[in-house]
Amino acid sequence: MKNSLATRWGIIGVGLAIGVLAPLLQFWGNPGNMGVCVACFERDIAGAVGLHRADVVQYMRPEIIGFVLGSLLAALAAKDFRPRAGSAPIVRFLLGAFAMIGALIFLGCPWRALLRLAGGDLNAVLGLAGLIGGIWIGTLFLRGGFTLGRSQQAPAAVGLILPLVMAFFLALLFIFPAQEGQPVSGVLFYSLKGPGAQHAPLVLALGAGLIIGGLAQRSRFCTMGAFRDLLLFRQTHLLGGVLALLVAALVVNLALGQFRLGFEGQPVAHALHFWNFAGMVLAGLAFALAGGCPGRQLFMAGEGDGDSAVFVLGMIVGAAFAHNFGLASSPKGLGPHGLEAWLLGMAFCLFIGLAMRKKA
Amino acid sequence: MAETVDARGLSCPQPVLDALAAMKRLGSGTIEVLVDTEASKENVSRAAAGSGWRVENVAENSGEYRLTISKS
Repeated sequence: MKNSLATRWGIIGVGLAIGVLAPLLQFWGNPGNMGVCVACFERDIAGAVGLHRADVVQYMRPEIIGFVLGSLLAALAAKDFRPRAGSAPIVRFLLGAFAMIGALIFLGCPWRALLRLAGGDLNAVLGLAGLIGGIWIGTLFLRGGFTLGRSQQAPAAVGLILPLVMAFFLALLFIFPAQEGQPVSGVLFYSLKGPGAQHAPLVLALGAGLIIGGLAQRSRFCTMGAFRDLLLFRQTHLLGGVLALLVAALVVNLALGQFRLGFEGQPVAHALHFWNFAGMVLAGLAFALAGGCPGRQLFMAGEGDGDSAVFVLGMIVGAAFAHNFGLASSPKGLGPHGLEAWLLGMAFCLFIGLAMRKKA
Repeated sequence: MAETVDARGLSCPQPVLDALAAMKRLGSGTIEVLVDTEASKENVSRAAAGSGWRVENVAENSGEYRLTISKS
């Protein structure tokens, strides 16, 4: 069967769809320039289950659940569900953790960097430049023979674990819904103020997540791969999707009055130029070494990739570390231990990039 | 005997890197590329076409694909 979403126009269409849905999610209640942010939302999930207690970023984000389950459904429908695992899971776990820490120094993953730019936040220019810089370092390692090794075909159960975890999270959301003015409902934490308290209605958030998950699984949409393929192969296929997202989000933001140009006073952002750049260098490098942006890792986990699932869990645990130990930035500025965490993350990524090379 | 690139189980973008390396090394002829995800199949096909190689055949066997690409 021909996969029309994996064509040039297919991926541009998917980018347009995401670029329309994300600002709409903001319009429906998600935080500013955060219609979809994989890093922020996984961080909110870490808070919702109490892995960290930063009370402004705790919410079981249905978009993330939808990404994984939408991808699973699309993969099953297209007979593209391929359970596999076994490619350096411990390395992928830590790459996920440090990717998250880098993203939380910037305050957003590549998806949010695009949405911030589409909302007029010029700090995102530094973030995107850092992202491209980090990916460029990654391409040097890839050219030098870097590999995380082969995965193996695995029983279906392996590929179903993360989708089942997400289905369980969804069940928790229904069993323990938000209670007016209460920070805890059963086993789930809910923010009463801050970005964690801002969210679109559950049905809309879950629906948008499922749609994006399905479309992205079929089209292989990847914000990191877009720049990697350009740098590595001079190929613009994936870039078409990313640019379509940016243009669509810009148009929808203008139409909805959500566009405001400048560096200062942007929603959930700081204007430390160096750290906006450097945070995303770390994130971009970690994503490049792991073979996909945080969204793509969720979509691959949905289609059965147990190694991507480990990367996702690494990101969630990394978010908990980031907020428990003062590594994450806030609109007030860099976290008290952001510098040390960044140095450690860069050292780890450079070590892995140099140490894991296939024998010539 | 065609050269074979075994890219099964490798993460993005290694199947494409390995296939392109083989295309560059041989210059012309026939190469068989083994992959085990649909995404890798699409990516290798796209890279081959972009480098002036023709995808002659894609054979599927229990979740794996054998791509035959050639250039005269």
